[in-house]
Amino acid sequence: MQIYIPLNLRIGGRVKLLEHQAKALLRSYGIPVPKGYVIRDAEELMETPMPAVVKAQVPVGGRGKAGAIKKVTNRDDAKKAIRQVLETNVNGYFPKEILVEECLNIAKEVYIGITIDRSVGLPTMLVSPDGGVDIEEVPEERIVKLIIHPFIGVQEYHVREILSFIKMPREISDLTGKIIKNLWNIFWSLDCELLEINPLVLTNNDDIVAVDAKMTINDDALYRHREFSELEEELTPLEKEARKNSLVLVQLDGNIAVIANGAGLTMATLDNLSFFGGKGGIFLDLGGTDDPKKVECAFELALQSRPRVVLINIFGGMTRCDSVASGIISVKNRLGLNIPIVIRLKGTNERLAQEMLKREGIFVLEDLDEACKIASKLGGY
Amino acid sequence: MSIIISEDTKVIVQGITGHQGRQQTLAMKEFGTKIVGGVTPGREGEEVYGTPVFNTVRDAVLKTGANSSIVFVPAPYARDAVLEAIDAGIKTIVVITEHIPVRDTIEFIEYAKLKGARIIGPNCPGIASPGIAKIGIMSNSIFLKGNIGVVSRSGTLTYEIVNALSQSGIGQSTCIGIGGDPVVGTGFIDVLDLFERDDDTKAIVLIGEIGGIAEEDAAKFIDQHVSKPVFAYIAGRTAPQGKRMGHAGAIVARGKGTANSKIEALERAGAIVAKLPFEIPQLVKNYLKGVSAGNAVRMD
Repeated sequence: MQIYIPLNLRIGGRVKLLEHQAKALLRSYGIPVPKGYVIRDAEELMETPMPAVVKAQVPVGGRGKAGAIKKVTNRDDAKKAIRQVLETNVNGYFPKEILVEECLNIAKEVYIGITIDRSVGLPTMLVSPDGGVDIEEVPEERIVKLIIHPFIGVQEYHVREILSFIKMPREISDLTGKIIKNLWNIFWSLDCELLEINPLVLTNNDDIVAVDAKMTINDDALYRHREFSELEEELTPLEKEARKNSLVLVQLDGNIAVIANGAGLTMATLDNLSFFGGKGGIFLDLGGTDDPKKVECAFELALQSRPRVVLINIFGGMTRCDSVASGIISVKNRLGLNIPIVIRLKGTNERLAQEMLKREGIFVLEDLDEACKIASKLGGY
Repeated sequence: MSIIISEDTKVIVQGITGHQGRQQTLAMKEFGTKIVGGVTPGREGEEVYGTPVFNTVRDAVLKTGANSSIVFVPAPYARDAVLEAIDAGIKTIVVITEHIPVRDTIEFIEYAKLKGARIIGPNCPGIASPGIAKIGIMSNSIFLKGNIGVVSRSGTLTYEIVNALSQSGIGQSTCIGIGGDPVVGTGFIDVLDLFERDDDTKAIVLIGEIGGIAEEDAAKFIDQHVSKPVFAYIAGRTAPQGKRMGHAGAIVARGKGTANSKIEALERAGAIVAKLPFEIPQLVKNYLKGVSAGNAVRMD
């Protein structure tokens, strides 16, 4: 099956599926989900058995609290609820789509989630008989945790352990077991970082249904999943532009554009800056390049954020300082730049670079603390 | 002595004919590393800076007696390359490649455990012991032989701190970058344990960053098992929630993995945590001075 992932689903480098996309995948793997359909405005409402539920489709949690999930009892009610939900801000996201679903009678709610436990470096399945609430709020003794070794996957004894913990009625334990195994298969074969059914509902008629689902895909693995096509990212236009040029840029609140090479060094530069009162406006990791073209590109991106100051921190190991300098000078002259630039560079060919830059009236320092002090001052902090 | 690498380390370069493979082969040779061969399928018979190229790792091992490898193979092929090295009997595999899917990483790390091999990385700058060998991409000029063990999740930031240490006259026993991914083959605890047992390491510098709880776990280990002084720096105090700061693993999610929680944990364990990266050399220097003057510095 093919899932079209629209603009708003890559957050902080993660690919999050919307609820209805995750459910479509679950269904294709044999996990029952409620009957429903997706619409974009109230006029698209179809003949729907009542009561029903209208649910905002946003890639973030907190929909319930924001009032973006509503139970409706008749058609007028439904249209009104849809209009309201479309205008509800859920943690910064306005829904573009609404999922209209059948309302189920609930006998029992269970939580099942799989994620990668960074401490053990292995996938971990969490199951709790207290579904329907945020798993973070469930006491530890009400959660069973299974580390899954990928070489054996989920075995029968795992399923027995889980079923005995959540006390599922015997009649439906086979089906629940199948769901648990399938969930693992989806998680592993689709390169998920998170796959969560919350709640998995047991109805009064002994049906078992995945009422809500969350799914996050490891974006480094997207190249091998044609199921997820037309991928776009939830990034600011500037962040997107940077990614196109294979640079990592994160927009921040301050007015000092910070460019450094290496993610750790860029973070440390921002921290250092804040120590002297300054605030970063962008985080821009130049990576291990010493291509003056790329430096020019990075510098131009930084300028687009309209900073008051540009602070550049380069440690030249593989990166040659003079290449970086010539990139900066070329942009500065081409754009007739008049905002202050503070540069601290160290490493291969640093003397040469320092002379080149000083001739252009750029602040060149060897000491990072000094550079941060000056940049903060120039930034008006 | 040094950790993980020694005079007996014989390295093959997987992906030796690529741009980075070539450059780094030369740099490692200049550092003094015994680079005995390279592997690029279909390129057997060629040479890279005098190093013979083989089609398979098994061949390279048979003909050169290599016991270590460094992997520059692009992400989609990295899993295969690492598994090949493990099956050919390589015991130390340094994976430089970035953007390897987490599933692949988990699989080759777990397979390595079964076969008794060690993975360093992925997405790491490797390991260097000044005067002995380097399997990695850190620039040669920053190192000075000495007694400080350095372990870090980052690349350039590590070069900076190591360089600053060297310029203050403080040398290193071994420097190792464990990698910026959420799952890595050799973690802080593994390295701390090795440094603790290494006679040539007198003090440890640990460089962490936001995301995950590796630093918190390391702090627990330091508290219970490390008698040597630990100096630490954590990058990302000012990083916003939910944004991935360049490294795949560097993300504060749901309020977890913050710099503060790591700093507090490390301080509670008796580590000295620097506010700024360049305080580290001074802190280490002060400690060493105290030791040479006979004043024992209490670390707990």
